[in-house]
Amino acid sequence: MEKRTLFTNKGLGIALVVPQVLLIFTFFYWPAGQALYWAFTLERPWGGGNEWVGTSNFTQLLGDPVYWNSILTSLIFAFSATVLAMGVALTMALLVDRELRGFRVYRTVLVWPYAIAAPALGVAFRFILAPEAGFMAYLNHAFPGLWNPALNGAQAMIAIVIAYVWKYIGYNFIFFLAALQAIPKSLIEAAAMDGSGLLRRIRDIQLPLLTPTIFFLVVINLTDSFTDSFGIVDLMTAGGPNRATELMVYKIFFDGFKGLDYSGAAAQSIILMLLVIALTVFQFRFLERRVHYK
Amino acid sequence: MVERSPILNLISQLLLFLGLLSALLPFAIIAIAASHDLRTVNEVPMPLTPGPYFWDNIVEAWNRADLGPKIVNSIVFAAGVALGKVFIAALTAFSIVYFRYWGKMVVFWAIFITLMLPLEVRIVPTYAVAANVLSPYQALLDISGITWLVRQATGIEIALKWGLLNSYTGLILPLIATATGTFLYRQFFLTLPDELTEAARMDGAGAIRFFFDVLLPLSRTNMAALGTIMFVWAWNQYLWPLLVTTDAAHGTAVTQLKELIPQTNGTPDWHIAMAGTLIVMLPPLVVVIFMQRWFVRGLVAAEK
Repeated sequence: MEKRTLFTNKGLGIALVVPQVLLIFTFFYWPAGQALYWAFTLERPWGGGNEWVGTSNFTQLLGDPVYWNSILTSLIFAFSATVLAMGVALTMALLVDRELRGFRVYRTVLVWPYAIAAPALGVAFRFILAPEAGFMAYLNHAFPGLWNPALNGAQAMIAIVIAYVWKYIGYNFIFFLAALQAIPKSLIEAAAMDGSGLLRRIRDIQLPLLTPTIFFLVVINLTDSFTDSFGIVDLMTAGGPNRATELMVYKIFFDGFKGLDYSGAAAQSIILMLLVIALTVFQFRFLERRVHYK
Repeated sequence: MVERSPILNLISQLLLFLGLLSALLPFAIIAIAASHDLRTVNEVPMPLTPGPYFWDNIVEAWNRADLGPKIVNSIVFAAGVALGKVFIAALTAFSIVYFRYWGKMVVFWAIFITLMLPLEVRIVPTYAVAANVLSPYQALLDISGITWLVRQATGIEIALKWGLLNSYTGLILPLIATATGTFLYRQFFLTLPDELTEAARMDGAGAIRFFFDVLLPLSRTNMAALGTIMFVWAWNQYLWPLLVTTDAAHGTAVTQLKELIPQTNGTPDWHIAMAGTLIVMLPPLVVVIFMQRWFVRGLVAAEK
């Protein structure tokens, strides 16, 4: 789409775009290029620049079970967080969309958790789910040793998923509700008059009309779970116990800044970058074309 | 509501109430835990009625984590990022929509592609750039041979250096570029009628005048929406402030939370930790509660 009426001062037009171009060059493209360079080189131990090592950083990484562990934990985290956050949000949005008494309260309050910083959530849920204080202690009192995320890897994973999902239900809810309210009420009413019940209407009218939203949210949720999880992991489990919650983004941080292994961290960054790019391209190329009911 | 069905409505209400409860319960637990003393907060189970120590704990958390200056830092940081994004996005979209020049589409796509490069995946090299923002330009000069030329000609060694670590600039500047914001404005500018521009030009307004006197006042809704979202987003940033502010005086409220977590073998003073958490999470929550309409509208519009 283009405007018919434009301003003719080319120089001014270019000048206006320069600040943003400088910013994305300096803080996005240069670092991304730098990561690429580091990923294929190794720093010489006594200075003197980097040595080209080809793909050896990647082969080393992909031969390392610790790295595969971080991929696996990231995938487990991403899928369980996405399914839970979207499932609960969709249920809530469908119910709020029925506009029963008090729906305005629900519509307002269910968004609030999204305002909370992930690290603050990490601290809060660390207390709420702590084995020795808070509420899980009650459970441990009744069944000693049942719950201890500090020792049990699976439980640590459950704990970070709960904290993360609690925040992202609010986000998904906003989108589901907006999409549901865009569906004409007459459509639902006509179906009801034809004798279809609530579940039938959800299955045959609302869900099909929601598919673009659902696919959009799947991609956003997966991407965010790869990136926004850092704060929660850092403050709740620090990747432990025994690397059970060492997500990819946490391992990049750890290897890069604590281990000072720039080449290894850069190679991991490239892999994660490819994953995010693949997801985004998939969304724009494939989903936007295929899933369209408008 | 489409049909009368008391049982269905009862089930719906029950589920909704359950949802509401699980959304609010963590807030309640944080607030209640922040109102007890050390002994009560560690009781099993913790009593669900508020205790009398709320204010004491808030003061203790405030002092222990040095939250006063940190909250000032957070406000400057979040407001700086939000304002910067709102302004730079408007400028870029104005240029992309209302001007024609070579390379416009390249710029548009270059901004678009940054969506695929979240901070977390390029964190190590971005940190290196923040340590010396001019290093990309120095490298370009070195590679292109200009450094060498200048040294041969004048004997001056070009060494560009501008470190951003431990400064507001370092916190804010790298986070200002925004693809979503640019698209939000672009979509909006495209919906404005051409007649508006024609009328403005006929009245003798130039591009700058048109931008400040026509476009910006019209995009007030957009600015409110984008500003709200970005303020909350920036306040909640953790990884970037954690890295850029190595010196304690420049930390933000969110990175300061780490100071409050009880050590594994230390005193389990969760009441202080929860009081601190409450202080840190309150500002964005208040912004969202009061600006909820803009917040929700902006989120939905920005992702279209």
